[in-house]
Amino acid sequence: MTDTPEPVARLADAVKRYGPFTALDGVDLVLRRGELLALLGPNGAGKSTSIGLLLGLIRPDAGRAELFGLDPQRIEARRRIGVMLQSAALPPTLRVGELLRLTASYYPDPRPLAESADLAGIGDLLRRSYGKLSGGQMRRVQFALALCGRPELLFLDEPTVGMDIEARQKLWAAMRALVAEGCSVVLTTHYLEEAEALAQRVVVLGQGRVLSAGSVDELRARVALARIRCLSDLDAAAVAGWPQVTAAATVDGRLQISTAAAEAVVRRLLDADPALRELEVQRAGLAEAFAELTREPSLQEAA
Amino acid sequence: MNASPLSVPTPGAAPAMPARRVLGAYLAEARSECLRYLRNPSFMLPIMLFPGMFYLLFGILMAKSEGAGAARYLLASYSVFGVMSPGLFGFGVSLALERDNGLLTLKRALPMPPGAYLLGKMLMAMAAAAVVVLLLLAMALGVAHAPLARAQAGGLLLTGVLGVLPFCALGMFVGTLVKGQGAPGVLQLVYLPMSFVSGLWFPLPMLPKLLQRIAPVWPSYHLDRIALAAVGLAHGAWWPHALVLAGFAAAFLLLAARRLRRRG
Repeated sequence: MTDTPEPVARLADAVKRYGPFTALDGVDLVLRRGELLALLGPNGAGKSTSIGLLLGLIRPDAGRAELFGLDPQRIEARRRIGVMLQSAALPPTLRVGELLRLTASYYPDPRPLAESADLAGIGDLLRRSYGKLSGGQMRRVQFALALCGRPELLFLDEPTVGMDIEARQKLWAAMRALVAEGCSVVLTTHYLEEAEALAQRVVVLGQGRVLSAGSVDELRARVALARIRCLSDLDAAAVAGWPQVTAAATVDGRLQISTAAAEAVVRRLLDADPALRELEVQRAGLAEAFAELTREPSLQEAA
Repeated sequence: MNASPLSVPTPGAAPAMPARRVLGAYLAEARSECLRYLRNPSFMLPIMLFPGMFYLLFGILMAKSEGAGAARYLLASYSVFGVMSPGLFGFGVSLALERDNGLLTLKRALPMPPGAYLLGKMLMAMAAAAVVVLLLLAMALGVAHAPLARAQAGGLLLTGVLGVLPFCALGMFVGTLVKGQGAPGVLQLVYLPMSFVSGLWFPLPMLPKLLQRIAPVWPSYHLDRIALAAVGLAHGAWWPHALVLAGFAAAFLLLAARRLRRRG
């Protein structure tokens, strides 16, 4: 045995092709115990394929996929996971409580029904027919189904789509509680603030490859840019020629500058235009970093 | 909660699933499958209404002059007609829809025990078939006063409940070929013509010679022979027909299972 504990889930150099299209092109992914990993990437980047491989829904053409060191198609491995997929039409005529009891029956040591309902905030829905729920309520029920088996690993594919802000905050709290219990989570999401708020580690996929993997801060640091916005008469083209300015443009009547050295550029700006107003300096967030990362390959391709 | 298994970090250390819980999972799946369809009027009504109406019209009202034999003969035929649809539609259409809407994918990702999904649908189709045969039996005994021994009625019920299985296999195969909303149409194209050419609507001797000669190709023909034997109206042994149906079911089950494994 090595010092590092056995990873909970792993893709090793996984390749998946659909005809001429390569969905995954040698992806390595390791998920450790108690870790919340966010899987980000534009549509077609390979997120769903990665999850499909880890769930054993599809087989890699090359490389390996493992759950708890086992083949994901082994039921022993899947008894330790919970799943919430992007789209799954559950039987509309079954009541929420019946769906929960059915799903819990698949697991060796499920949570008590009331506890699952409580965690997902659906205690008041148990007697309702699934088909009569709102979209946000359905997502909460699907979340309850994902956690009802007391899983050690949760797959959540776009879990908060269709939820209002309050429901989303509650789900975030439930996810944090589960992670605190020692549960690992693989989360895919389109909401970068969700990854920013929850994830210990972020993996960015693009065109079937891992573009970046690391903590949220590390990812942000990869794009060490700040954005300066202000109202000024200075000519954007001239400012773009200043040292340390990456880009400058006039957007909606405001001068907008990207730079890695915000302090120096601000000093020069104030010197050059004493009438400058409404100065804002923002650090690049995950959204900028993400845009930067996922833009690069297509630019290189175009060149 | 105390002593949760989450704190155990080694692989293979998950709690084993006791056999009793595995059995419970099969039962829960079957129960849910039955509940969801028996609660769904748009599934149950057509299944019960068409054979019921046809039997009332042709088997009871129009056959009065033909004597009690006709009511019994058509009871067998319309029971077979009624039993085919939960197999073809309950199994085939629901599989086609669930391959399309993500439910089958979710079930495959969840630790549902192997085969529980198909077994659940099979039991649901058998339950629906029993409901249809019981309805027709009630009409035959209550309205037409057909002379039917208790053993004959029981035999017909058993024929229906088991006879739905080859049609489950056929429906399953079509469900693996056609995805989503296209399946009901395709299955109607199988269901209605096959019922007609195997003599379920009109007795075979009334059909053209060619159709009579090729009738043994259709599984519904063989099930009709067994149903007729059950109500005491057949010549010859019923068991060769049962063997044909068993072979038919096995063949389509294998074809469907192979396609499901390859394509999901």
